[in-house]
Amino acid sequence: MTSHVDYLLHLADNALVLGQRNAEWCGHGPILEEDIALANVSLDLIGQARMLYQLAAQLKGGAVTEDTLAYFRDVGDFRNYTLLELPHHGSLAANAAADHDYATTIVRNFLYSALMALLWEALQESRDEQLAAIAAKSLKEVRYHLRHSRDWLLRLGDGTEESHARAQAALDHLMPYTQEFWISSQAESAASAAGIGVDLQNLKTDWDRMVDDALLEATLNRSKTDGYVPQGKNGLHSEHLGYLLGEMQSLARAHPNGCW
Amino acid sequence: MSTRVQAAWAALDDVSDPEIPVITLRDLGILRDVRETDDGLEVIITPTYSGCPAMGQIEDDVRSALQAQGIPARVITQLAPAWTTDWMTEAGKEKLRAYGIAPPHRTAAATSVVRFMARRPVSGAADAVVCPRCGSGNTVESSYFGSTACKALYKCLDCQEPFDYFKPY
Repeated sequence: MTSHVDYLLHLADNALVLGQRNAEWCGHGPILEEDIALANVSLDLIGQARMLYQLAAQLKGGAVTEDTLAYFRDVGDFRNYTLLELPHHGSLAANAAADHDYATTIVRNFLYSALMALLWEALQESRDEQLAAIAAKSLKEVRYHLRHSRDWLLRLGDGTEESHARAQAALDHLMPYTQEFWISSQAESAASAAGIGVDLQNLKTDWDRMVDDALLEATLNRSKTDGYVPQGKNGLHSEHLGYLLGEMQSLARAHPNGCW
Repeated sequence: MSTRVQAAWAALDDVSDPEIPVITLRDLGILRDVRETDDGLEVIITPTYSGCPAMGQIEDDVRSALQAQGIPARVITQLAPAWTTDWMTEAGKEKLRAYGIAPPHRTAAATSVVRFMARRPVSGAADAVVCPRCGSGNTVESSYFGSTACKALYKCLDCQEPFDYFKPY
């Protein structure tokens, strides 16, 4: 039961954290259409997170609700991939308030959407019927996210000299973080053994193919993926998650049980 | 169908979507079922997009339409099977078109994710999204995402008008 809940929280935290990150473009998009697109993607992600938190809360029982899970857990409790909490710029900028780089946003959304398109498709067969239902809905949404990010990856990669260089730099920066996808956490292993979750190793060939096809079309080179393997899904995060949660949770913590 | 179930359907027949008021919840396929249980009537609705902010309003509207007719019923939100634009009625599609929104023109039938890639619509082809204002198929997609999660933004190259397209889901 605990690993079942932990698995749901991993999926929910991924959706919430990336939803919150992408929402930072709201009102600051490079063009109006992209501003709206990123807001729409965030809306889908936060909607998916809500369904998953509601399910996890139901399993945990007691006073736990979707809101206590989203707003009253701390950095070490979150189980999202480190990739999703990083700011919208390369590794050398000082903090999250630095200039946002759209290539970083697009490359991250592409790498994650490609994974989730495969994962949601497989999770439709989950033994947890509620999770299977959430997967069926989320799959319809992630297909649009994948189309959007892949299309922009091509435009940036196969665009101007400047956009190409920035897309390649974003890829070089983010690609090593995807190593975390392929090493199962305890919750993932237990969930997949119980028929609730999916062993991501089985999806890796398809993910590699989707990524390689897109990079070829985008005239980008697949970056090396060695070095430190991030541990976000085990609760060990980068320094950036605390700032993200600080902003996201401040209102709920200043006014507990507030309604409007 | 019992008289109570029939009365509930009748009470809900005119409840419209809060975002696109020309179309009813029944036309959209959001209103799934009314059934009699040992605990009384149950009305089943299903969410459209996961994050659709209109869902709370829709639940309230359904409840108050039933209350207005003095019909006690519980409103239940059910996720599976997942809502699809394939459930939209022909009458509903026509109402959307008249309102200026191009209705989904193909089914949302699943394709393999690996092969699901960006496909640009070819202007004038049989697959084209037809302009709801002038009827031309000479249209182009401006953005996959529009004013709400369920719509994309298009432009007609003949009458030059931008318009919303209700995406297959």
